[in-house]
Amino acid sequence: MSGNPYVYILVMAAVSYLIRTLPLTLIRRRIENVFLRSFLYYVPYVTLAVMTFPAILTATGSVWSAWLGFAAALVCAWRGLGLLPVACAACAAVFLSELALL
Amino acid sequence: MKESPFLRGIRDGVPISLGYFAVAVSLGIAARSAGLTAFQAALASLLNNASAGEFAAFTLIGAGAGYFEVALMTLVANARYLLMSCALSQKLDAATPLLQRLVIGFDVTDEIFGAYIAQPGALEPHYAYGVILIALPGWALGTYLGVAMGSALPARLVSALSVALYGMFLAVIVPPARRSRVLAGLIVLSMALSALLSLAPAFAFLSTGARVILLTVALSALAAWRFPVREENAA
Repeated sequence: MSGNPYVYILVMAAVSYLIRTLPLTLIRRRIENVFLRSFLYYVPYVTLAVMTFPAILTATGSVWSAWLGFAAALVCAWRGLGLLPVACAACAAVFLSELALL
Repeated sequence: MKESPFLRGIRDGVPISLGYFAVAVSLGIAARSAGLTAFQAALASLLNNASAGEFAAFTLIGAGAGYFEVALMTLVANARYLLMSCALSQKLDAATPLLQRLVIGFDVTDEIFGAYIAQPGALEPHYAYGVILIALPGWALGTYLGVAMGSALPARLVSALSVALYGMFLAVIVPPARRSRVLAGLIVLSMALSALLSLAPAFAFLSTGARVILLTVALSALAAWRFPVREENAA
């Protein structure tokens, strides 16, 4: 470390805050352009899908438990369960399969 | 009686907080090797709540980088939040006051954004406060313990908890995909290309953050061009 830790933390916090807040405060109105609206409508789905896969496969102790967690989450989500039940199902699938596999 | 938005936010924030806790422990381990104390690392987490961004910044700090480099790294690693906040700006009621926007903007993360997007209609600020209030402490506490305890937590527990966030993401994107072939196709395509870009050696130069931004912009633009959304329920 070559600087003051608190200055580092302040720099990180300031940059993160500006990135997140500027769009929320500057874009105050409904965007009417159909392309832009559609683009922003699709953004979360692509982002979350890209972040989930394939990263989920390397998140656990074994790629097999990860696949099982992935499958459990997919099935539960497909059935329309909420955020907490789906997350728990994924965790349980990983935990139980690692008990059996590792 | 209808549950209050704040309580719904608390409830949806629980899996986020648990998942955060697990991820933050490993972040704390990185903070410790960068030379930060548990308090400093927890403070950084409380003020940033950004996994990739903090991880990258801690690595640079440990390597003796200057303030500007850390600022630039934070900007690049967190650039996807700029996109998310743009999308979120359309999810807020136009009459949402500045102060509430400033508070909501404080904590836009992948997971919290996912929870917001899953809300029907406009985002209620009190729902956001509930989510943040339960999720952010999980993140900061996990970071603190990561520094303080190192790798003393049982590996099985950390392993199981670390899929919580991904499970949540799937709970956000899968149900709407069941009702829309376009969304289903888009999600499958996103995952396939993401796997391709992260596994193919030719694309090894792309960092995770760069891959997320690149694919998000390219595929969302493609979908918007081919399948423009005209009905009211968009965003």
